[in-house]
Amino acid sequence: MIELPANSINQMIIHPSTAAVRPFAVAAILRDITFTQERYQSFIDLQDKLHQNIGRQRSIVAIGTHDLDTIQGPFHYEALPPKDICFKPLNHKKEYTAIELMELFSTDSHLKHYLHIIQDKPVYPIIKDCNNVVLSMPPIINGDHTKITLKTKNVFVECTATDLNKAKIVLDTIVCMFSQYCAAPYRVEGVKVVSPDGSYLMHPELPYRKEIVSPKEINKSIGISEDASSIASLLTRMCLPSVIIDNGQSLEVEIPPTRHDVLHACDIIEDVAIAFGYNNVNRTISDTNCVAEQFPVNKLTDLLREVIAAAGFTECLTFALCSREDVADKLGKNIKDIPAVHIANPKTLEFQVARTTLLPGILKTVACNKKMPLPLKLFEISDVILLDKTKDVGARNQRHMCAVYYNKVAGFEVIHGLFDRTMQVLEVPNNDYKFIPVDDAAFFPGQCADIMVRGQNIGKLGVLHPDVITKFDLNMPCSVFEIDIEPFL
Amino acid sequence: MKQKSLTYILIAINIYVNAVCEEAMAELSEKLLTILSERNEFDTLDLSIELQFDHQRLVGAVKSLQSLGDVITCEQRNSKQWELTDEGKEIAEKGSHEALIYESIPLEGINQNELLGRVPNGKVGFSKAMSLGWIQIDKAAKDGPRVTKKVEAIEDGVKEICQLVKNFQIDKITEQQKNECKKRKLISEVKIVSYFVKKGNDFKTSVSKQEIELTADMIASGSWKDKSFKPYNFNALGLPPASGHLHPLLKVRTQFRQIFLEMGFSEMPTNNYVESSFWNFDALFQPQQHPARDAHDTFFIAEPEEAHEFPMDYLEKVKTVHSIGGYGSQGYKYDWKLKEAAKNIMRTHTTGVSARMLYQLAQKEKFTPSKYFSIDRVFRNETLDATHLAEFHQIEGLVADYGLTLGNLMGYIEQFFKKYGIKKLRFKPAYNPYTEPSMEIFSYHEGLKKWVEVGNSGVFRPEMLLPMGLPKNVSVIAWGLSLERPTMIKYGISNIRELFGPKVNLQKIYDNPLCRLDK
Repeated sequence: MIELPANSINQMIIHPSTAAVRPFAVAAILRDITFTQERYQSFIDLQDKLHQNIGRQRSIVAIGTHDLDTIQGPFHYEALPPKDICFKPLNHKKEYTAIELMELFSTDSHLKHYLHIIQDKPVYPIIKDCNNVVLSMPPIINGDHTKITLKTKNVFVECTATDLNKAKIVLDTIVCMFSQYCAAPYRVEGVKVVSPDGSYLMHPELPYRKEIVSPKEINKSIGISEDASSIASLLTRMCLPSVIIDNGQSLEVEIPPTRHDVLHACDIIEDVAIAFGYNNVNRTISDTNCVAEQFPVNKLTDLLREVIAAAGFTECLTFALCSREDVADKLGKNIKDIPAVHIANPKTLEFQVARTTLLPGILKTVACNKKMPLPLKLFEISDVILLDKTKDVGARNQRHMCAVYYNKVAGFEVIHGLFDRTMQVLEVPNNDYKFIPVDDAAFFPGQCADIMVRGQNIGKLGVLHPDVITKFDLNMPCSVFEIDIEPFL
Repeated sequence: MKQKSLTYILIAINIYVNAVCEEAMAELSEKLLTILSERNEFDTLDLSIELQFDHQRLVGAVKSLQSLGDVITCEQRNSKQWELTDEGKEIAEKGSHEALIYESIPLEGINQNELLGRVPNGKVGFSKAMSLGWIQIDKAAKDGPRVTKKVEAIEDGVKEICQLVKNFQIDKITEQQKNECKKRKLISEVKIVSYFVKKGNDFKTSVSKQEIELTADMIASGSWKDKSFKPYNFNALGLPPASGHLHPLLKVRTQFRQIFLEMGFSEMPTNNYVESSFWNFDALFQPQQHPARDAHDTFFIAEPEEAHEFPMDYLEKVKTVHSIGGYGSQGYKYDWKLKEAAKNIMRTHTTGVSARMLYQLAQKEKFTPSKYFSIDRVFRNETLDATHLAEFHQIEGLVADYGLTLGNLMGYIEQFFKKYGIKKLRFKPAYNPYTEPSMEIFSYHEGLKKWVEVGNSGVFRPEMLLPMGLPKNVSVIAWGLSLERPTMIKYGISNIRELFGPKVNLQKIYDNPLCRLDK
């Protein structure tokens, strides 16, 4: 930081009106900078990158850079009703009110994405100098008056934000990166930022932090055995200057303001490992002895898959997300009656809900393979998703098995036979399960039943209703069963 | 695909036609044997002319006799023969073009164009007829050039020649006539393979019909001893067995599960696709304003919109470490909001389940070193293309123990990939919000001759583990990869939709081989 006498320090005063829309601001000055075309382009690129990433598309932090020689401090950061704002925006010829600017930029391919950040607020942020010259209307656009050219020598950098910490990180990053082009390299001039309550801070803060780490711990974490001075030089190479203290027991690491990513000693450890070279570390296994356990429902699933395939059925793998129609209308049901999880931001209707049944996915697989020789015998054992208030998230998965027989004739006895076979391998005697005829809009009348195993309804089997068949773009009869296999665990 | 049914149909036709031909062939073969017994020898070409029998059929019968063993001996003879072309055959039957032209002219003559229209190949015939002096033309006639007969009768020499050729009497035509016919493309020279047949050592005059299959009756009665059996044709494919099939991607999943189990890793309960932001992000020290939590990367849930139950003590610790720091960390220094953490999403990774498991582990009285794995579905709201879907499967392995090192992580990864058949590995620095150090895993692809990324890994951050209550000197190392990528590389699939979803080609599932990961 450049030391200056008190009366030549620039000030930026934050007005209370900003609290409603964009409360925080920080600023700094780069003196006697020399721009070339490359440096200028890089300056713009850096601001873009910061806007996109940490600035979260300007919604959290917005940056404005201005030619200091065209303006005069103290600077005022306030928020005014849109009709009271009027200035010539960057690269335009005439003045517009803020309302007109919103209109003007609504078709601008670059700026239209940011309008929503302030558009509906009663007041818009605005930065002016002591002569009411507009520097910028964050986060939308700077004024044309202060625009930076290759000839600019002194730059006023301001960041307005909804998160003060991030604003400081952004400011620090910009000044650290570009102060090398100043006449006094790596020196930055501070700006006194006055808060609405009268308190003030000099920005940029450029905090240097010191962290004490133990070389022994570092060696243990990585799995190497370097001595303290070797580790110190590795860190210094990574731009974390380190010195040995405590007779080699510890290292004092200086963390510069360019390393906001160093939050914990583990970040320092990673830098040591990188400098040492990951591929130079010895690769060894620990003697963590464990007896492995399979997750029961997965174990059961893998056993059942083999049996169903051995019975002549082919396995499908279908999507868990589908359209509302797939689980409701196409099966003759109303979506309101289906306990489905609904997606808030689907890009297409293929992602509207999470499936509550495996059947639509398998029927779609049949529809995409109509040229294959008949019969088509398909199955899937996988999770469906159901609403469940008793779960902490409000929904649960349930492992279902679904089998489909698609042929010139419905072949109900084939599906029935497969189900019997499933019961046989699960050691459920014939007496322990029965079929209760039931009406279901998805099935052909009189050819559908609930499956009761030991008194519990585990699913349905039957012949699909022709409406269902046509809605899934098929043209042959189809017998199916779908059950919950979790009762068999 | 139609191939299978087509094959069946062809096999059926083949069998039928074979049966019919077999009969006729047997008759002919017997006849030849009779001739041989009378004459001791014959030449197939001469015989075919003598018997007015198609030479090829004769050769076929000779060949079938040959297959019976030493019944006959054959000597191959190559000769050339003149044969009529299709045009030549037509002329032999109907007459030459010039003759036809001549025949078509009525007494009073005929307009030239009309004449040419009446006869196929009229132009050729016309010029020939003219040069032979059979017809004349009056160019100055009233309604166009008129053609009339010049001679009373003609001799259709060309037709005669063609008939001679047809009757194998080509030696009766002159060299000049032969060349003329060759020029007019009426005859062509073909190579003939004929056979000179003599009696063999096992000569006998009757040929018994050959059986194809051994039957139960033959065994019972012993009649198989008196029959001769046709050798089986080993060059055709057999009958494909009726079978069911497992899905290729899930076969790969089974193998990876096996690898983990062999290494002593226990399977985590990942049967919950809906997860709260708290477990999916916050518990992993991923800040609330992070790009990955954006609506355009993550599926947010409209119903049930929010999770309503959290371990509250733990939640407070998570809030603290994010907003203020602690546990040796600076923290992210922002306002952590419960509402943001409560938002439900379709999980973007299975690491949220890992977090739940580690939290459970930390609640136990005494910490026990553990090894966990999972292979299950995750969801990303990204742009879709040939290699990206909204859903895919993530493979994750983790080890929690005292004093684990980065070297241990690399060691486990090496062991894991070795079982998968990859021996050359390199590690490169990477970034994950919840691991530090983080490493990308690269293996050398022999085919592409370059290093390709095969996975991601890291040591979980203390900010994630300490708030859970895990002992300070316990480290947790983890690595992960997708299931789809190695599967697509292994089976040479370039579009992921061929592997996952309804657009899969069932034939590819039927034909998919054993999944042998280390081959």
